[in-house]
Amino acid sequence: MNLKDILTPFTAWSRVVKDPVTIKDPLSREGAPRYRGFHDNDVETCIGCGTCEAICENEAIDLVPVEGIETKDGDSGLRPKIDYGRCCWCALCVDICTTNSLRLTNEFKWVDTDPDNFRFIPGVDEKDWYKKEEGWRKPEPNYHFYPQERVKMEELGPEERGDSFIEFVKGYSKEQAQQEADRCVECGICIGTCPAHMGIPEYIKAVRNDDMEEGLKILYETNPLPEICGRICTHKCETVCSVGVNGDPLSIRWLKRYIADQVPAEQYHEILDTKKIYKDDKKVAIIGAGPAGLSAAYYLSLLGHNVTIFEKLDKPGGMMRYGIPEYRLPYDQIDKDVNYILSLGVELKTNTTVDEEMFKKLQKDYDAVFVSTGLHLGRSTRIPGSDHEHVFQSIDLLRKITAGEEIMVPEKIVVIGGGNVAMDITRSLARLQRAKYGKVQIITTSLESEEEMPADREEVVEAREEGATIDPGWGPKEIEIVDGKIKGLHVVKVLSVFDEDHRFNPKFDENQKKFFEGDMIVESIGQAPDLSYIPKEIDEQLERGPRGRYLISEYNQTSVEWLFAGGDIVVGPDVIHGIADGHKAAVGIDNYLNSKK
Amino acid sequence: MINKFLGFEPDESKLPSKRAKIGAEIDLSSQKYQKIWLGPNHPGVTGNMAMELWVEGNTVVKAKTHVGYLHRGFEKLIERRLYVQGFPTSIRMCVAEPDTNEYLIATCTEQLSGYDKEVPEMAKWLRMLSLEMARLQGLLRGVPGQGGTFALGLGVQWGVYLRDLILDRFEELTGGRVYHMYIIPGGVRGLLPDGFKARLEDNLKEIDDFIVRIKKLMFHNAVFKKRAIGLGVITPEMVDKYGIVGTTARASGVKRDVRKDDPYLYYDQLDFDPPTDTDGDVYARTWVRWQELIQTVDLLRQIMAKMPEKGDIRANMPNVLHWRIPKGETYVRLESGRGEYGMYYVTDGSDKPRRVNLRGPSYTHGVALLEDMLVGADVADVHALMVSLQTCPPEIER
Repeated sequence: MNLKDILTPFTAWSRVVKDPVTIKDPLSREGAPRYRGFHDNDVETCIGCGTCEAICENEAIDLVPVEGIETKDGDSGLRPKIDYGRCCWCALCVDICTTNSLRLTNEFKWVDTDPDNFRFIPGVDEKDWYKKEEGWRKPEPNYHFYPQERVKMEELGPEERGDSFIEFVKGYSKEQAQQEADRCVECGICIGTCPAHMGIPEYIKAVRNDDMEEGLKILYETNPLPEICGRICTHKCETVCSVGVNGDPLSIRWLKRYIADQVPAEQYHEILDTKKIYKDDKKVAIIGAGPAGLSAAYYLSLLGHNVTIFEKLDKPGGMMRYGIPEYRLPYDQIDKDVNYILSLGVELKTNTTVDEEMFKKLQKDYDAVFVSTGLHLGRSTRIPGSDHEHVFQSIDLLRKITAGEEIMVPEKIVVIGGGNVAMDITRSLARLQRAKYGKVQIITTSLESEEEMPADREEVVEAREEGATIDPGWGPKEIEIVDGKIKGLHVVKVLSVFDEDHRFNPKFDENQKKFFEGDMIVESIGQAPDLSYIPKEIDEQLERGPRGRYLISEYNQTSVEWLFAGGDIVVGPDVIHGIADGHKAAVGIDNYLNSKK
Repeated sequence: MINKFLGFEPDESKLPSKRAKIGAEIDLSSQKYQKIWLGPNHPGVTGNMAMELWVEGNTVVKAKTHVGYLHRGFEKLIERRLYVQGFPTSIRMCVAEPDTNEYLIATCTEQLSGYDKEVPEMAKWLRMLSLEMARLQGLLRGVPGQGGTFALGLGVQWGVYLRDLILDRFEELTGGRVYHMYIIPGGVRGLLPDGFKARLEDNLKEIDDFIVRIKKLMFHNAVFKKRAIGLGVITPEMVDKYGIVGTTARASGVKRDVRKDDPYLYYDQLDFDPPTDTDGDVYARTWVRWQELIQTVDLLRQIMAKMPEKGDIRANMPNVLHWRIPKGETYVRLESGRGEYGMYYVTDGSDKPRRVNLRGPSYTHGVALLEDMLVGADVADVHALMVSLQTCPPEIER
């Protein structure tokens, strides 16, 4: 021990003259810009998907109903409520938030005497810290808790598919399907929006687990046409998919198709446990073998009733077969779904047109009747020249193409319409033109502008890829006819399609004109039902709602108790609404038949 | 005696002969001995722990450590959570250096799922930065804290202030001061904020000054020297016998550092040599840690100079909600401020780990070694011995 060791520590006294380093007022200290403090939620952006609840390791988050926020398509109407007795401020809830609405502010002081107050709904309960901009937000760059991009679906290129009607969407492989299914966050917002309320997260889970049998069972709980829906459903589920808010929505439709594609038709009875079905003595007649009729037939026969379907055309499927081109929905896939339904003991009478007389007979012979005859009459523009023999309805042409009948395919064609049916006929005619002339000269025009066009975006893109010209935003004025031959279509610029009340009320600029050359005009501006088979005395008893559609109950019962209606004549038009209607009607008919006992 | 589980008699000859040393003959009724309970309190370590001491006058004749006052079962909690939910829980297993837990759990999941090759370079450098910052803030408390156990409180106040500056940097980088929750499976949760390096460099300059001051205050201090030199000697032979690691082993002349022996992250790109000493007493251990303080400041400067400016922070991983890891097991280790810190991790193909087991130095240092080391020690030196072994009770009771 030396003197140095005794004296050296006293050098610390030199610090006496230094300024103190303590913070005088620690309460006024601001948290760092990235600080994980108290929660804030932008309730307008939030869709109540509940991923925050799912990721919370402490179960500190509950999704609760909030006054003033309604449940609607794409919004569960719930908002996260956080329990600060459990929260550990890890901010995983922020990192996974599908809409980036949830964040943590850099506020960290909160004094309260009532412990219950520490359970609060961020963004709804008034708190001082919402005005703070700083705090934890989802990190950047490339920081995602689920893959943002959807697994690309392989398709035939425009060159390969341009002149043929073979299906151009190839379908997912097992790896692709599982990879895509992995992106699902199981929020279930899609279930509410799907008209059939399919168990979408559950069947996606079955894809992840590679359990096709389970997947098929879940599909058939609510939808007996999965091969068809897996191809051409309007997939309203995908438009509300929470994963789609900040990335690509899940390919829900393709995953449904994947499940149905994996299971051979021979195994359906085994998997769905329908080898033996007990039948009672009740008889139900269904008019129209479209999606609604087939769906009703499936669920009614599972309930033990004897079902007979009457179909006017040659084959069952309705608009799915006669309205949708084969390149989108191959006929063998329709047959797979339909044959399974028929194998449950459903009787199908094709080429049977129901008229007034027969309808009365059905009323007598059957315990209940379900009408689902769809929209098979095309609407006309009624512009000068539209009564020419070379002005066609798209729906008639599509039916003829399916039936294999000869149709007129001139070198130049003009299609009027901006919906999916217009795209279907455009693309079908383009294929026929390419096969016949080696080139495509088809112009499709619509009242709606490019952004407003009701057709699916991919339909428009693919039609262009296949050589069609899509020129939206023009109103048809007159069809020019010289020497009895169509020369083309005169159009004027559309300023707006809808008025302030969102009603259809197009306004034109007569000075901006255009002329589309064509030897044939196809009108594709909508369809109407043909309900002439319903006898007048019954029709008078039927109450009608807006747009002249029949008023139906929750279970599709009309005001005539034995008569049920569904499909495009009451909702939609689209396949999934029809399927949902068929299911509901089956329940309604079953209730009605049981009440009669 | 035949062990009924093993079915044979285990060879305990190589294990510490603690049972023999602790005298069974201690007879409290003789009034020669007294039993005192030290704790459960927070005796300069992180978390509660108690020691049951039998003393004869001022001399400890028998010691028994008692843990179990904390909680908690974090390993089991992690086994009941998704893979991504593990890291916010794991940090509680050693609060003093939370980042080490995060790193272990992240690396275990990455190795078993095959994503370890895909962790971006930037993320790896940021992991190193946060791990070294964690070591630094631990040393800023631990080095002067050793003086604190001998009632030298001034250094502790200096150190805690500087540690707070590092915590400020952590707050900026990770959003949390103590619980950083920064290293996530696949990467990290944020790039450096603007101006971060300059602010950290300012702090390091202050720490440079502190290093000189604390040297004068502690290591040229007659009282500290008188009490620390020769206290709690660990011989090189004891190192393997007790499983001693880190600075405690290095102070006994056994150069043992995972960063050198089994380099992880980019430690092989850094220029450093772990400090050692030969005396193996409390003074030597503190001295090694003081040198490590210098080295850590230097390493942080090297990391800041070498790390890229930009880059991705997380690999493209599957959806965290359904992430399943194939069947497998792994042991990942790193050099924490206390020595080798490892995690044994077993997965069974489900979405949650099958088994999580933490191997922390405190288990060997703070239980087996401490109990033996206390025998013969002065009761006033008990805390000093405990702190010199860097006992961290949460990590014993994980």
